[in-house]
Amino acid sequence: MKSVHRKMTDEVKLYGFPGSPFGCRVETALKLKGIKYEFIQEDLSNKSADLLKYNPVHKKIPVLVHNGNPIAESVVIIEYIDDIWKEVPILPQDAYEKAQARFWAKFIDDKCIPAIYNSYGNVEAVAEATEPLQFLENELNVKGKKFFGGDNIGLVDICACYMAFWVGAAEEALGIKIMTKEKFPKLKKWCDSYINCQVVKDSLPPRESLVAYYKWRFGKAE
Amino acid sequence: MDDDDDVILLDLWVSVFGQRVRIALAEKGVHYENREENPQNKTPLLLEMNPVHKKIPVLIHQGKPVCESNIIVQYIDEAWHQSPSLLPSDPYLRAQARLWADFVDKKVYEAGKKIWRTEGGEQVAKKEELIEVLKVLEGQLGEKPYLVGGSFGLADIALIPFSVWFHAFGKMNIERECPKLAAWVNRCMEREAVSKSLPHPHKIYEFDQKKKKNGQ
Repeated sequence: MKSVHRKMTDEVKLYGFPGSPFGCRVETALKLKGIKYEFIQEDLSNKSADLLKYNPVHKKIPVLVHNGNPIAESVVIIEYIDDIWKEVPILPQDAYEKAQARFWAKFIDDKCIPAIYNSYGNVEAVAEATEPLQFLENELNVKGKKFFGGDNIGLVDICACYMAFWVGAAEEALGIKIMTKEKFPKLKKWCDSYINCQVVKDSLPPRESLVAYYKWRFGKAE
Repeated sequence: MDDDDDVILLDLWVSVFGQRVRIALAEKGVHYENREENPQNKTPLLLEMNPVHKKIPVLIHQGKPVCESNIIVQYIDEAWHQSPSLLPSDPYLRAQARLWADFVDKKVYEAGKKIWRTEGGEQVAKKEELIEVLKVLEGQLGEKPYLVGGSFGLADIALIPFSVWFHAFGKMNIERECPKLAAWVNRCMEREAVSKSLPHPHKIYEFDQKKKKNGQ
């Protein structure tokens, strides 16, 4: 087994695609910790030999390659980054709090994002899309802090970037309303706070491109 | 940390997810109170401790709930420091363990579900799909004794409960298609924590027959 622990010159590559929220998560984590990396843009309709070599099981981005060793799946990558680079922790230290962070990250991936995505181009599904969001709203309410991670952004905030940015772009593109201020006041406030973090701003794709993409992918022909 | 009264597991005997947690607790020698839930009549405690999913398993430690089996297993490893470790100490291998545990959830569980719900020719096709998934795991296992690194851990715990279902449904030809995985099953079953925590295949078969009879 090759040693991947920190070297004087770490080589970090991120295989991704600019519009991907999952790649964005990893970039935010890397920038938060001040880790230098090379971004390698993949053409998802023509995946590189490297990507297929580094992620043979799922063949998906993002993939982080650290000193030649690949890690896939955005949440696993972020935990790995947090394990290796100890400055600016992303996960809580406490075992229970860590379990809660992992729980919400999984909830976002398993329930929130699929439900929201399902509602694009499918108006009947919009109500269902808001149900899982209510749990996130409650969580912010209960925590009473600026971020899911407390005073600073953490794993859950990073995973929720989809809600902070991608959902708004889709709403604008498709003329739908999923996350209203009336129903989700805390979540909307969190979105503003999150998007205004410099490391987040630096990781996001241009909004116009995203809006154009959603119009093209899900919009009705005009 | 080892106060018996402080650990409760809300569980269901037939659940592969509950079994994962039982295995982890047994590996660590943690004493706990096991409370069997009835999915048709969930207790107020379950609904209070897992309001989001309302599902077992839920580990309640010192009154605080932890949900989602792979997350619970990691929590157990972090809250109880005695050996054995359930995750590798190396960060890269830890990442691999998480990836494979996640793979089991996404692929084995989904492929397995399709088998239990189909019959006849359709079931044969679904069994082949599962074999393809198991072959990927066979590849990952290679010549190693366990799925990740040299020790029994998270990824093995995630997968081993499914082996009882494969046995229960027979004719899966796992030994022929995935001999290394078949040997891995036997190796895991030699661990007392594993054999004590898993039901006999016959009980699973009976359970499934009963469900089908009740039109479920």
